[in-house]
Amino acid sequence: MGLALALLGAVSQGILWGIMVLGVFITYKLLDIADLTVDGSFALGGCVCAVLVVSGVDPLLAILAAMVAGMVAGAVTGFLHTVFEIPAILAGILTQIGLWSINLRIMGKSNTPLLKNATIFSEVTDATGLSTNVGAIIVGLIVAVVIIVALYWFFGTEIGSACRATGNNEAMVRALGVNTKVTKMIALTLSNGLVGLSGGLICESQKYADIGMGTGAIVIGLAAIVIGEVLWRVLPGAKLHAFGGRLASAVVGSVVYFLIRAIVLQMGMDANDMKLLSAIIVALALCVPVVWERYQLRRAYARASREVAAVDGSTAEGGR
Amino acid sequence: MLKLTHVSKTFNAGTINEKRALIDCNLHLASGDFVTVIGGNGAGKSTLMNMIAGVYPIDAGTIVLDGKNISRLSEPARAQYLGRVFQDPMMGTAADMQIVENLAMAKRRGKTRTLAWGVTRAEKEEYAERLRELGLGLERRLTSKVGLLSGGQRQALTLLMATLTEPKLLLLDEHTAALDPKTAAKVLALTEKIVDERHLTTLMVTHNMNDAIRLGNRLIMMHEGRIIYDVSGAEKRSLTVQDLLQKFEEVSGGELANDRMLLS
Repeated sequence: MGLALALLGAVSQGILWGIMVLGVFITYKLLDIADLTVDGSFALGGCVCAVLVVSGVDPLLAILAAMVAGMVAGAVTGFLHTVFEIPAILAGILTQIGLWSINLRIMGKSNTPLLKNATIFSEVTDATGLSTNVGAIIVGLIVAVVIIVALYWFFGTEIGSACRATGNNEAMVRALGVNTKVTKMIALTLSNGLVGLSGGLICESQKYADIGMGTGAIVIGLAAIVIGEVLWRVLPGAKLHAFGGRLASAVVGSVVYFLIRAIVLQMGMDANDMKLLSAIIVALALCVPVVWERYQLRRAYARASREVAAVDGSTAEGGR
Repeated sequence: MLKLTHVSKTFNAGTINEKRALIDCNLHLASGDFVTVIGGNGAGKSTLMNMIAGVYPIDAGTIVLDGKNISRLSEPARAQYLGRVFQDPMMGTAADMQIVENLAMAKRRGKTRTLAWGVTRAEKEEYAERLRELGLGLERRLTSKVGLLSGGQRQALTLLMATLTEPKLLLLDEHTAALDPKTAAKVLALTEKIVDERHLTTLMVTHNMNDAIRLGNRLIMMHEGRIIYDVSGAEKRSLTVQDLLQKFEEVSGGELANDRMLLS
């Protein structure tokens, strides 16, 4: 029973974090940038949301404010990266570090509980009588579907196509008259908006915000994307390149990540070791293709050598 | 159509790697001119193209295209006037995107991007028609990723993309150099056909002296950042490779041809 509850909780968490994973997907997969702003903008979303809810703002409005705050954070990274040509990783780190102080300023302390306040989740469970986890799953699914549809639409538009192409071939995009500074700015803003939104959702679902809640978020995002891609690839009939499918697989990857996490925690692993496990998952996922290619090369060479040896051997026999 | 006056560019000025890539270049192209550009390594051919396209800002001089001074415009801002094909087949297209998506982006070259759908149904038919003219069977692969195409196919596609919206000037920077001879000949024939049909003003860098003589109505030779020879009309038509080599030695006091130029 305890395990079932834990797994249900993991699914709801996975979906809500999945919104953040969609944000990471935009920068990491489409723009080809590892944007480290994410750790900061996730916590920013949580902090903004918590402070607003505590001060009596409508919980839905608070979540939208969290999204806007995330967008501003992304825009700052975009500004540093495009206008001043600071490498993307460094620009992200600078924003992330700055946000730590800003987040503390926003909350005035290192965590803010929302124990007595209504959240969008409590409103749904109160109105429908569903359990906390099921309510969170339903809310999360609605948000995730809306966002996937919106992203699918946006990246099919002229501006969205230009954003996708920017990560693919910047020189070509400029030659076709698109200012790639603008497209990068759009992608970073959009991405961190989703991350902030996710931070706000998590804050309301767990009923507190914490200054450290975003730590390691980028690695969770990357791990979820990697898991989602692997699942998508082994899924029969799935088209890897279908864009909607790739977006959905990012959220599914997030759910699977939190399921794995719940299971290993149930098995008695220390929660603090989870970050190490995440890092190992991502590192492995990045290593495997490289190792696989080397292995293929070596195998092809060995095969070719054997064939040559076989031919040599047979001619030698013929000569005898 | 295109007028370069006293254009200069120095890379890494004031350092040990200083390179005067263009020195006081003056060039005037009439509308409909098809000019081939030859010269040894480091002569400034690609720099000339990049300066016109706005990849780097020029140090001095002016570039006027169709009466408009574009010297200080950014690369994306100049794109509406220019069609470009690069030496590297990978550079002209987005590999992870479909053939139609690439064409649709090229169709919108220089236009303000909106939130309208990236590829419309009507466009697809137009693209299929244009692809059919290439004769490579790409019209049957509209939704294939460009990354699946060969170098020659990608270069032909880039050429089509560069001319989809009629450019005031077509810049071809050794666009067949990375292809095998047979494919290069095919892409070159396509180039000729498209330029001819649409009377495009064209600047084509090539390392192949035969092509430089055979194609276009005018030929310029560059050396160490300067245009050292400019020939057109009947005089150009009667040129031979031997003439070019001789001309180069006369003007520069050195040998033009490297192995690559002689072998091709």
